[in-house]
Order: sequence, then C-alpha cells, then structure tokens
Amino acid sequence: MGAAELVQYVATGVLVGGVYALMSIGLALIFGVMRVVNFAQGDFMMLGMYLTYFYTLSGVVDPLLGALLTIPPFFVLGWIVHRGLLARVTGGGDPQRQMDAQLILTLGLSLVITNATTMILSPTPLGIRTPYATQAFALGPVLLNQARSYAFGMALLLALAVYGFLTRTDLGKALRAAADDPEAASYQGIDVRAMHGLAFGTGIALVAAAGGLLATYHPIEPTVAGNFIVLMFVAVVLGGLGSIPGAFVGGLVIGLVQSLTLLVLPFQLQNTGVFIVFLLVLYLRPQGLFGRRARTV
Amino acid sequence: MPSRARGWLAVAAVVAVGVALTFGVQERYHHRVLTLVFLWAAMGLSWNIISGYAGQISFGHQVFFGIGAYVTVLLIVKAGLTPWIGMIVAIGVAVLAAVLIGMPTFRLAGIYFGLATLAYPLIFRIVMDWLGFQEVAIPMKREQPGWFMQFSDPRSFDLLALAVLAATLMLSRAIETSRLGYRLRAIRENEQAAEAMGVDSFRCKMIAYMLSAAPAAVVGAVYVHAILFIVTPEAVFGLLVVSQTLVVCLVGGTGTLWGPVIGAALMVPASEILDTTVGDRLPGIQGVVYGGALILIMLYAPEGLYWRARQLLLGRAGRGTDAARSAVVAPAQHGAAAVAPMDRALLEVRGVSKAFSGLQALSDVSFDAREREILGVIGPNGAGKTTLFNVLNGFLAPDVGQVRFLGHDATGQRPSALCRLGVGRTFQVPRTFPHLTLSENVMIGAFVHVRPVPDARRLAHAALGRVGLADRADALPSGLTTLDLRLMELARCLATEPRLVLLDEPLAGLSGDGVAVMIGAIRSVRSLGATVVIIEHTMQALLSLADRLIVLDQGRRLADGTPTQVTQDPAVIEAYLGKRWLARMGGR
Repeated sequence: MGAAELVQYVATGVLVGGVYALMSIGLALIFGVMRVVNFAQGDFMMLGMYLTYFYTLSGVVDPLLGALLTIPPFFVLGWIVHRGLLARVTGGGDPQRQMDAQLILTLGLSLVITNATTMILSPTPLGIRTPYATQAFALGPVLLNQARSYAFGMALLLALAVYGFLTRTDLGKALRAAADDPEAASYQGIDVRAMHGLAFGTGIALVAAAGGLLATYHPIEPTVAGNFIVLMFVAVVLGGLGSIPGAFVGGLVIGLVQSLTLLVLPFQLQNTGVFIVFLLVLYLRPQGLFGRRARTV
Repeated sequence: MPSRARGWLAVAAVVAVGVALTFGVQERYHHRVLTLVFLWAAMGLSWNIISGYAGQISFGHQVFFGIGAYVTVLLIVKAGLTPWIGMIVAIGVAVLAAVLIGMPTFRLAGIYFGLATLAYPLIFRIVMDWLGFQEVAIPMKREQPGWFMQFSDPRSFDLLALAVLAATLMLSRAIETSRLGYRLRAIRENEQAAEAMGVDSFRCKMIAYMLSAAPAAVVGAVYVHAILFIVTPEAVFGLLVVSQTLVVCLVGGTGTLWGPVIGAALMVPASEILDTTVGDRLPGIQGVVYGGALILIMLYAPEGLYWRARQLLLGRAGRGTDAARSAVVAPAQHGAAAVAPMDRALLEVRGVSKAFSGLQALSDVSFDAREREILGVIGPNGAGKTTLFNVLNGFLAPDVGQVRFLGHDATGQRPSALCRLGVGRTFQVPRTFPHLTLSENVMIGAFVHVRPVPDARRLAHAALGRVGLADRADALPSGLTTLDLRLMELARCLATEPRLVLLDEPLAGLSGDGVAVMIGAIRSVRSLGATVVIIEHTMQALLSLADRLIVLDQGRRLADGTPTQVTQDPAVIEAYLGKRWLARMGGR
C-alpha cells in the first residue's frame, strides 16, 4: 500500500466524517441541554433527505441549497414535537424517570416516522442526480469526490455557525446555562422549557440539513435511519455525551475509522471498526474524549 | 405481597387460558397470532429480568434471541442435530455471551450501559453477514418432523410457545420472590445504597443478565421454527426485535411478571390484525402501531398498564395490612456510662490521604475506633468528613494509607464486602429505595446474613421495632418525616448486624424532640455492642453523646481526645469553635 493510497483513504474518511459531524452535533445539542438521547434523530435525517429530494424535483433548487432550506421547516417541526410530545412527559416530578420516558417516547417516534414514511412514500430507494456527484477534484494523486467535498464544506460552515451561536449570542449563552443547571438558569429568568424547545428544534434542523447534504451522494430510503443513528450515537459518546466540539470531532473520527477499516477488513465489516472503537471508548473513557462530567462511583 | 400459593396459581391460570385458547381457535392464522403472543410475552419477561427488576435498560437484548435462532439452525444444517438439543446448546452459548458482554458492560452506568448494549447485536449482524449466513433456511426433515420441531399441527407450536412462556413466568416468579429479586430492585432504586447495605451489585447484575439470556435464546430458537423458517441477521439481530420486546414490556409495565404478558396480549393481536387487514396497502402499519403505542403510553401511563390498573384498583393507600401493628417501642435509654468502651481497636486508620483533581480532601489522617466506643468526628464544612466515611465504607479507595478493620486490611474493598464484614453506614441525605416499603428497605440489609425471605422480613420487623417504626413497616419512604427516614436508615443499617456503624450527620435537620429520639437510638446501637462513629456539625449534641472526639480541618486531623480535652484545645478553638465558644463555655 502506497502513501498516496493511505492519504486517499484518510481524505475520503474526513469528507464523509464532516457530514457525520454535523448530524452528531444535532444529537449532542439535544442531549447536552435536555439529557435525552433522541432515538428519532436518524428519522429526522431521513425526512431531511426526502425534503431535499422534493426541493430538487422543482428543477430550480440545487440540492446543496435544498439542504439549507430544510433548516427552517425542521426547526419548526422540532419545536412542535418538543412542545406537543416531549414536554408533556413529566415523569411524576422525578427527573430520571422523565428522561427515561422521553427517551422511550423518541424510540416510539422513530418507529412511527420510519414506518409511516414507508407507508406514505414507498420503500423504493430514490436518488438525487447532480453533475458533481460523479466528478472529483484531483489533488495530485488524491481524488476528492465533488459532492462529498461540497457537503463537507457546508457541514463545516453550519457547525461553525452553531458554535458561534452557542458561544457568542445571549440566546446561545442562555441555552448553555439551561443545559448546565436548569434550576439555577430558571432563577435567572431563563425559560428552561423554551430552551429545551430551542435545542430540540435546532438539533432536528441540523440533522435534517446533514441529511440533505448526505442525499447528494447517498440513496434515500425510509430505513436509512437505522444505519446512521448508531453512527451518531458512537460519535456523540466518543466526543463526550453533550459536548458539541466533541461530537464534531467524534463524527470526523467515525468517518476516518470507517474509511481506514477498509484497509484491513472486507467491505461488509466496515462498521465493525466503528463499534470496536465505540466499545473501547466506553470501557476506557466513558466520559468521552471531551467529556467534563465524569460519572462518580 | 401476594402469598406464595397465589403467585403459582396465577401462573397456572395463564397456562389454563393458553391451553383453552389453543384448542378453542380454529384458523391457522389465529394459531400463528397465539404463538406470537406467547413468544413475545416470554421475550418481554426475559428482558424484564435485567431491565425491569434490575433497572439496567438494555437495547441489545435481541443478541440472545439471535444467538438462540442461529445456534439451533446452524446445528441442524451443519451437524444434523435436533433443535431440542440445539436449544440447550444455544442456552449455554447465550449465557456465555451474557458473561462476556456483562463483564465489561456492567462497569457502565445509566445511559452509557444502554448505548453500549446497542452495539453488540449490530456486531453480530455484521459478522453473520460476513460469515456468509445472510440467509439460512431450516432443512426439511420429513421423516422425523417432531424430532426436528417441524410440526404440521399449529397447536403444537402454540403449546410449545406456551410452555416457554410458562417456564419464563416461573423463572421470573422465582426471582421476584427471592433474595436476588429484592436485591435487584434495591440496585434499580439506588445502587450506592444497595452496595453500602452489602449487595454486591456487579455480581447480582451478572446473575440477572445470565438468567435473562437463557429464555431469550429459547424464544429465538422456537421463533425460527414456528414463524421464520429462514434466519437472516436482520430478522433476529435487528432493531425491530428489541423494539417489539420493549413495546410489550413498556405498554404492560416493567418490574412485574404481568406487564409483558398484558403487553403481548394486547399489542401482538392488534398489530397482526392490522397487518393482515390493511398491511398490503399500508406496509409499515405494524411499526406505526407499535411506535404510536409507545408514545401514547409514555404520555398517559409511563409506568405501564399493569401498574396504572393496580393503582386504580387498590387506591393510593392500599399496600396490604397483613403486618401486625406492634406497639411503638421507644428506643432504649442508656447513659453513656452504662456501656463502657473497651481498649481494643476495632478500626485502625493509618495515614490515609485522598485528593480529588488537586483538592486534598484528606491528608495523612490516622486514628483508632475502639470497640463499643461512640466516636465523634467534627469539623467545618469541607473538612473531609464525608470523604473519610466514603473511604471507611469502601466508596472511595484512599490514595495512600491503610484502613484496618477487625485486624484485617480493609483498604480499597468494595462497600458490599465491607458491609458483610460488619461496616454499616447511613447517609447525610437519607438514601432510600423509594419504591420499596420500609420493611423491604430494611430487608435489603437483613439479607446480608439470611437468605430466606421470611427470615429477612422477621429481622427487618425486629430492626424497625428497635427504632420505633414497627407500625410503619408497610409504608413507602415517600411519606416519611426526616426523623423517620433517618431512623429507617439506622434500622436498615442495624439489620446488617454491623460491628461498626458510621452515621453521617444523623441529627441534621431534626427538631429538638427529634434530636432526643435520635440520640436515644444511637445509644441503643452501642448497647447492642457496636462501635459508632458519628459525623456532626453541632458540637453541643456530641458533647453529651461521644466518648471521644476527632476534629478534622482541611483534611487534617487537628485533635483527638475526650470532649473536654478537645474543646479546650487552642488549635480547635482557633480553627473551628471560635473564641466566642470559649467565652460561652467558660461563662457557664
């Protein structure tokens, strides 16, 4: 194996990882603020792929723009799902029970979305045809698929925008305050429930946009969520549950591991490498690479 | 608490209804639904053992289901082995897998455990694909259909599935009514408190996991023969298998025998009927129904239908009144002089230091606690008192130094092991098992020395009587006052028959009368022959109670002596008591 081949695998891994990173920060944001692992995250991604597909059917919207245009409707959808379903689960005042019940609720939501999509649209895979899906930028001997390169660039920009929002704006700071200590935040006049809605809406919008970017080079089908939700979980745990920069790095690492696994294992075993990394991280460093909150005893 | 006989009778009733249905329904399709109900109920029960009773929510339980399916089918294909024997092999493989998965995974807590369990079936799926087992069909054995579980009469599968359900019900029932069952519930409610009360949580979880793997493997094996006929990784290791298991349990209610049975009886027929009536036009209808059921149940009855129905039937108050209301036994009053401390050291602490990321919580602390002594540990906030207790009962291992108990090295042992040796403790904020009655709370402590449940219950009642809570034995902790909670914790600790009792601020938050009751109870502990070490803020109460005082300040031992010596120690006055104390004491 030559050095060029290795660079090729690394480059491919990083490009794919960028989109994973965008999906994962959506999940991390929701977990970080609400302490809920959203099992339906992959299904919202799948819906984002379909919406982007429908945008492109019009003939005037480029899929990359379409991916951006999924953000407003999915933010609203996420807000509504939070207000209409998740916020109604109280757990009888016990926060642990509330989070458990919310987690199970998202599992139910995931089942409903996947199967309702199968029912309404068909299980037949769809694809978006773009001129750049089959072309590549050549950097010396290394070829970068154009669709993946554009998707990577957009993912990076969106991730930076989210990071800027969280660290530079008052609303972003309020969101982080609500995440760190809901009780203290509410004493400061922060509406914690609204912050949860904001986090859920933003998290869903981000994963939908990531779905739109993914759709430029990945087939669109109702069951696509199952393959990606686990990758998102792995990325988020890898980065430290709830850490946004951690999830971003986690996503990149997943892309890299997937790509580099191909160097040593056959194609069917591609994700085995990911799961092995996942289990190793869980056992050796359960708080993740960037986790602050180590679990006590 | 239903009596033993009533529990077995209920299992028999399920079997009777199952048999009646088996011979009552006519259509082949109805038999299929019936088989599915039995199998999913059994699968739900198997998940319920580890996730319901022990509260370790697993999203990967289908790993054992898939192992059951693949092992039996591959044994037929590769070795011509009958599935009746193959099933037993499959149980062995599944239990072994449970050990291998559980060993590392039970080190994780909460959501980390759940997420880790997701990975295992996915790994199996990928590996099965890779090994070329994407589709393994059961070979037809026309000569010996019964020997190869290939019945033509659908009632045979109904009965087989019912037998699996009955066996799983009996297993669940046996767990529920055993010491293990109580301990699993204690772990679910509060793992740290359970550990401190002598429950080896890792061991209990491992046993529960192994016990839950066996029925899942059998269900998987039968499911392949009755329903699938062709094994694929997706069909047996896929997320749908665990989703269906979760639906059945969560709709019915977890932590009980009846939840999965109720859930399966409702959900399986509903989804099957919808699938046959509209399934060809709406291919995902089953998933929508299952998902919708999960959402609705989380919104309107998150505890599950069984618990909701029980709550409605029994009302809020009822939890049985079979326990005799014994008279309130006032704690025995003993003067400090009545039982003199002995010279022999029970506990020896030598040069113990502990730091948390830079903060030195304890530095080079040494002292002894003598037998039958009441030793007070005082010091300002942040002096390291609770850290000291956490080191003494094994929650924390010291960075350096040694703790010797009864002459043995006790440094770094698990809390449950130390508890079995005779170290009991209470917590600064009482840690109860909230959904267990007081008597069940105390029974967890009593199980350290007795295995049979009735014996533990008797000991628990005795311990509750000693602190004057006999009449509240069947109440839940949620309705109790701080004093009652502290007394309950003390009773739970006493039920472990401790030689050393560590009390973390037992007087905090108590009224004047409460303080008197608690002090009486603490004296009675010593009169039982135990050594007591108390952390307190309030010097006043300790002066009359303690034989000796140790003062901690910023992790160091500042003084050690009789109350009189310590309160006159200039260093103590400087660091902790203040000049005004001296003036007040002098003025009296």
